[in-house]
Amino acid sequence: MSSIQEVQDEIVSEFEILGDDKESTIYYIMELGGSLEEFPDNERIETNTIKGCQSKVWLIADEKDGKVHFKADSNTDITKGLITLLLRVLNYRIPEEIIKAELNFVERIGMGSIIGSQRSNGFASMIKQIKLYALAIQSKQNA
Amino acid sequence: MGIEIEKIRGLFPVLHQEVHGKPLVYFDNAATTQKPQAVLDALNNYYSTDNSNIHRGAHALADRATRYFEESREAIQLFINARESAEVLFTKGTTESINLVASTFGRKFIGKGDEIIISTLEHHSNIVPWQMLCEEKGAILKVIPINDAGEILFDEFDKLLSPKTKMVSIVHASNALGTINPVKKVIAAAHAVGAKVLLDGAQSTSHLSIDVQDLDCDFLAFSAHKLYGPTGLGVLYGKREVLESMPPYQGGGEMIKEVTFEKTTYNEIPFKFEAGTPNIGDVIAFKAALDFVNAIGKEEIRQHEDELLRYANELLSQVKGFIPVGTAAEKVSVLSFNINAMHPYDVGMMLDANGIAVRTGHHCTQPLMKRLGLEGTVRASFAVYNSKSEIEKLAEGVSRIARIKNK
Repeated sequence: MSSIQEVQDEIVSEFEILGDDKESTIYYIMELGGSLEEFPDNERIETNTIKGCQSKVWLIADEKDGKVHFKADSNTDITKGLITLLLRVLNYRIPEEIIKAELNFVERIGMGSIIGSQRSNGFASMIKQIKLYALAIQSKQNA
Repeated sequence: MGIEIEKIRGLFPVLHQEVHGKPLVYFDNAATTQKPQAVLDALNNYYSTDNSNIHRGAHALADRATRYFEESREAIQLFINARESAEVLFTKGTTESINLVASTFGRKFIGKGDEIIISTLEHHSNIVPWQMLCEEKGAILKVIPINDAGEILFDEFDKLLSPKTKMVSIVHASNALGTINPVKKVIAAAHAVGAKVLLDGAQSTSHLSIDVQDLDCDFLAFSAHKLYGPTGLGVLYGKREVLESMPPYQGGGEMIKEVTFEKTTYNEIPFKFEAGTPNIGDVIAFKAALDFVNAIGKEEIRQHEDELLRYANELLSQVKGFIPVGTAAEKVSVLSFNINAMHPYDVGMMLDANGIAVRTGHHCTQPLMKRLGLEGTVRASFAVYNSKSEIEKLAEGVSRIARIKNK
C-alpha cells in the first residue's frame, strides 16, 4: 500500500493536469464522489453528522484487521468528492498513521480557492473527526 | 424611455472585474446591491472634508455634517413619502429596526395572551425578535400560511385576526421567493381589529415605489445596503403618534432632554431613538444612493427588472431539470430555483466557476423552506445594472450544469 505522502503526491499531480480552470476542477471533484463506498441508510442519523459543515456530512468508522475503516456520505456532490479524496489518503490505515498524518495535499492543490473559506472550514472539521475516530479506535486497541 | 444599461453599469466600479477568469455577473442583489461611484465619493468626501460629530457642535464642520445628515433624513422622508422627517429613524439595518419595535412597542403594548401575526414567508429577522418577545411576555405568535406558489392565503390571515391581535409584522417582498404581498389589504384588515402593522421592506424598497401614507403602515423597516447604499445602516419609519407612545430603545447621549441623577427626560422623536453618535458618514452617503435611484426613476427600474425576470424565466424554463421555486403572480426580480437531482450548493459553486454570483441555501427563511419541503434553493436576484446578456450567461451556465444530472 502506498504511503500517505505518496497518495497525496498522486492527488496533487492529478489536480495539476486540470490546471487553473475552476469549472473543470469542480466537475472533476463532483465526479470523484461517484466512487464513494455505499453508506448504510440506517447510519444517516444526527449523531453521525459532522458539525461545522454547510452541507450534511455523515461519517462512521470501525476497525478491520487493526486498521480503521471509514464510511462517509454527503447530500452534495462536491462534498462527496472532497470526502473521496480524504478517504483515499486515510482509509484502511492503522490509527497511528492517521493520527500523525500531515495532510499537505489540501494546501498544495489550492483547495481554499477552489471551495471557498466556508467549505474549507467544513473540510477541516472532517479531518478533525477522522482523527478523533482513529484516536478512539487506538485507545480501544491499547485497552 | 428605457434604461441606458451601459451608462448605468459605468457608474458601478465593482462590476468591471473578472472572477475565475470570467467577467463578473453579479446576481446576488437581494443579499446586497453594489454601490454607485456617487456613494463612494460621498463617503470619501465626508471623511475628507466634513467629518465631525453632529448636533450641538459650535463649529463649521459640525454644522456642515449636521446639515448633510439631516438632509439625508429628509431625502428618505421624500423617498417613502412620510409626513415629516422626524418619522424617519436611523438604525443599523432592517434587523435592528424590527428589534427596536419588538423591544419598545412590544415592551409597552404587548402582554400575556396578546397575539402577533407574521407570515410563512418571513426572514429570520422578522421571526426571532417576535419569538423572543412572546417568550418574555407570554404572547402568542400566529403564522399566515401560504400556497405552493408562495403567496399568503389572505382568507386564512383574516381568520387569524381578532381583538387580541396587537401586531402584524409582514414582509413586503419575500427575499427567498420574490413574492410581493398584498400589504395594503393586510394593513387595512389589521387596522380594523386595532392592530399595528410593521412592513419588512428590506427587499421591496429597492424595487417598488413606496408611499407609507398611502399604505398606512405604522412601521416600515429597511436597509441602505440593499438599496445601493452603504452597509451598517438601516431605517425605521414610524408614524409620529406611535413613535411618541413608545419608550426609548437604548439610553445614552442624543436621546435625552435633560439628565439629573434623579430623573432623565427624553428627547423628541427621532432623537429619542438615536442614542449615541450615529453612523454619520453612511447616512450622508445614503442620500447619494437615493439620488441615483430617483434619477433613473422607480417605474423605469421596475420595468427593467420585470423584463429581466421575465426573460430569465423564459430561458431557464427551457432547461431540462429546471425547477422554479416561488411562482407568485406578483414578484420582485428574484428567481429562486433548483436543478433536479442536484444540491443548490453544488449548482452555486459551478455558477461561481463561471463568474456568476448567486446565493444558495435557505436564505434565512428556514420555516419557509420547510413548508416548501426544500433544503434550500439557488437564488438569482436582479438589480437595475443587470443586463439581458447576463441573463443569457446565467441560462447557459445553468443549462450546462443541469446536463450533468439531467441528460
